[in-house]
Amino acid sequence: MNKIKVFVVLCLISTFAFAGGYRVSTQSNKQLAMGHTGVAVVNSADVLFFNPAGIVHLENKLNISAGGFGVFSDVKFQSEEFGTFSETDSPTGTPVYLYATYKVTEDFAVGLGVYTPYGSNVTWPTDWSGSHLVNEIELSAIFIQPTLSYQLFDSVSIGGGPILAIGGVNFNRNASRTLTDEEGDRSNIEIDDAGVTAWGWSAGLMFTPDDHFTLGFNYRSLINIESTEGTATFDSFPTSSLTPANGETGFTATLPLPAELTVGVSYKWEKLLLAFDYNRTMWSEYNSLDLEFGNGVTSINPRNYKDSSTWRLGAQYAATEKLTVRAGYYFDESPVQSGYFAPETPRNDSDGYTFGLSYQVTPKLSIDGSILYLKFQEITESYDFFSDTGSPVPAPFEGTYKSSAFIAGLGVTYSM
Amino acid sequence: MMKNLNIKLIALFIASAAIISCEEDFDNDIQAGGVYTSGEADFSKYVTVGNSLTAGYADGALYLNGQLNSYPNIIAGQMQFAGGGEFNQPLVNDNTGGLLANGVQILPNRLVLASDGMGAPAGPARYTGAAPTTDIINKVTGPLNNFGVPGARVFHLAAPGYGSLAGVSTGTANPYYTRFSSSETSTVIGDAAAANATFFTLWIGNNDILGYATSGGTNANPLTGEITTADDHNDTGNIMPQTYRSNDITNNGVFNQTYTGLVGALTTNGAKGALVNIPDVTSIPYFTTVPPNPIPLDGPTAAFVNSNYAQYNGGLQLAAANGFITPAEAAQRTINFSAGQNFVVIVDNDLTDISGSPIPLPNWRQTTSNDLIVFPAAGVLGTLADPSNPASVIGVGFPVANELVLTTTEQARVSNAQQSYNATIEALAAANGLAFVDARAALAQVATTGVPFNGGVLTSTYATGGGFSLDGVHPTARGYAFTANAIIDAVNAQYGATLPKVDIGAYSTIQLSDSVQ
Repeated sequence: MNKIKVFVVLCLISTFAFAGGYRVSTQSNKQLAMGHTGVAVVNSADVLFFNPAGIVHLENKLNISAGGFGVFSDVKFQSEEFGTFSETDSPTGTPVYLYATYKVTEDFAVGLGVYTPYGSNVTWPTDWSGSHLVNEIELSAIFIQPTLSYQLFDSVSIGGGPILAIGGVNFNRNASRTLTDEEGDRSNIEIDDAGVTAWGWSAGLMFTPDDHFTLGFNYRSLINIESTEGTATFDSFPTSSLTPANGETGFTATLPLPAELTVGVSYKWEKLLLAFDYNRTMWSEYNSLDLEFGNGVTSINPRNYKDSSTWRLGAQYAATEKLTVRAGYYFDESPVQSGYFAPETPRNDSDGYTFGLSYQVTPKLSIDGSILYLKFQEITESYDFFSDTGSPVPAPFEGTYKSSAFIAGLGVTYSM
Repeated sequence: MMKNLNIKLIALFIASAAIISCEEDFDNDIQAGGVYTSGEADFSKYVTVGNSLTAGYADGALYLNGQLNSYPNIIAGQMQFAGGGEFNQPLVNDNTGGLLANGVQILPNRLVLASDGMGAPAGPARYTGAAPTTDIINKVTGPLNNFGVPGARVFHLAAPGYGSLAGVSTGTANPYYTRFSSSETSTVIGDAAAANATFFTLWIGNNDILGYATSGGTNANPLTGEITTADDHNDTGNIMPQTYRSNDITNNGVFNQTYTGLVGALTTNGAKGALVNIPDVTSIPYFTTVPPNPIPLDGPTAAFVNSNYAQYNGGLQLAAANGFITPAEAAQRTINFSAGQNFVVIVDNDLTDISGSPIPLPNWRQTTSNDLIVFPAAGVLGTLADPSNPASVIGVGFPVANELVLTTTEQARVSNAQQSYNATIEALAAANGLAFVDARAALAQVATTGVPFNGGVLTSTYATGGGFSLDGVHPTARGYAFTANAIIDAVNAQYGATLPKVDIGAYSTIQLSDSVQ
């Protein structure tokens, strides 16, 4: 019991996890437990996210599922060369989802999904050795997706819908490695914006050649979150005409929520379901984070992400009449290239191990639980594109990172 | 049975959640210990002794952030990875700098770089954004590790009463040491030795030549302001430091004897340590910012100025012909301006004084490329000595005062003493098995080629080079971090330790502020 308490405490003092970049793959408890496969899995209303073409395959007329997660993760940084170390201390992330589908006719269904596929929440100790790159970042995006699905042929269904994305960002970092006010407090810039809206879409196709095999295809479009109405706060700059004045100003910035292509297959045999998904995320859209402030200051931060892949495997087994157990694995390739390893998204390649189960409380209601353990290799990397003001020589920020992430989720599924 | 299985599976699920949620550590966790080692040294109690450099003095004052970035504090931070203990400094109260004595300000605030209000730098100025609050009547309490006393010369460290509050007003005591002296009669070295170090650094001797250098070899009477020539006690042979005036050069023998005593006091209990030598004055921007030929003139102006010196030049030839000076000195003293950058006319007290001869000429000559004009001259050169006389441009029609130039002769005195001190320091390090830190070579590299670091090149260029604070003499935090790294290198080499160096790019340089007078 004490050990569990220790674990709980350890987890509570840790941070938010995301998959590659700031993508957070936690859109279903059932599917997360299966390695977050799902483009070819028709389990519940959750398929609305994974493949809109799937909702017409749901047996019940009305399907609702909802859930949430606690995302606990921790990033440690150290530089053996200089003897510096830091550890993140971020609030727990809480991605959520809600899906509802309604079968209008045997070959036509409608649905609505609300989910949070992107987010980031990293809090480093204020003024840590990488504070010129980030002290704290909080990104969030809620996607609202009305969906239609239609059985085109006996073995082919299609589906899709528009996505309304509502994004927000809060990003705080120091102005440089050394600039301070007269009292020695580090000069700091914080940007804040919320309620930024943008549109995108999702479309899918599902192919069901026989009772065992399902093939799925899904594409979710790029959505650019363009922030133009937020505030930037300049704080602790010295009283000098050589530096920006303290106070609030505006800023503009664009953060891409990249397109994602998924193909996958599932195979069902009696009580067993196996699934495989391949995701390709078009991260190369994220070239640079360019901030232009209302006071004339600009901040160009090359990112140069590359498109990245994720390979997912999952299995589901109906162990008892009431209990279904699930397990999965995925390999998540980081979109961050060598030399661009910024501590705001300190992600290298990771292995995800997932477990979960569903308990059928009543014939209509089940409770779903899932666990993800994301394992990162220790990595020594640098961000090479920062220069102090006026210095022609870049100042790479290099060190060794060790990340770990643990996600636990709980949800309910209701059908009638 | 079925229900039982359900419960068992749920229990397994929860258990696996608990097991995998454990955080992971680095393969080589630097906080776990064992990554860095102290070798044959023992860093558990580090004590440091010295002058302003050891105290963390910068920008013409001792202020809080300067102290926090003192090289001993930086080193102590790295020692904590290898058995180092607490490191306490006699911290001042604020970042304004300046000292009060019973509420009356006795030392000025720090310097900041002011702007013209329109986005261009204007120059150094005393910070006035907050009032100084550190009063020397308030003693620092608790154990200390840093016994750096700004202004201290080698013999001051062993001088009883140097921390006497009563002695501050009479000029026999040092207000900085007064803040933490253990008694009215204590010595700095006595207090430091009582701290019972396992490891120490000693960097002293800079002020034994520096005052002479920065004052161009002069002393100013503290009451009248009258300026007189300072003594080089290697010339006078005076070995009684209590008779030295503030800018005299300390006798080499006095240095050797006192320094030997300091090392003896610090090593009595077998402590290991490092001795740091004295850098060249030519490494610091106080002497290198104003060039010796700062005056641009066009041809007609040069010709006009020359015509004004025709009588002086002619007098020199006459004096040489009559044997009052050598023909070589006559040539040395001959003043000649030309179109372009010009060397300035200065007073040089080391020239033969013929003011009492039948040809009474003043001790004037033009600078050569080897003379060093001090930083404060920047505000004087080119201005009019007599506002009503446009021909009295200082450096052209009017000579630059003796105290604003460190002549080659004066440099030779400084250098002679410095070499002797450094020989003493190096020999004592070798004799006692202590690390020897060649700060002279390290700072010479900063001043000549510059030292590349992560994010730039550290140079001694005033204000922008990063190495030196706005007083032109003392390092910035970045300069102190560079010094700390040099000491860490020497300590690691001497004792087989593996202390990590610091990232000097993470340390600040000069402070910007328009909150000035």
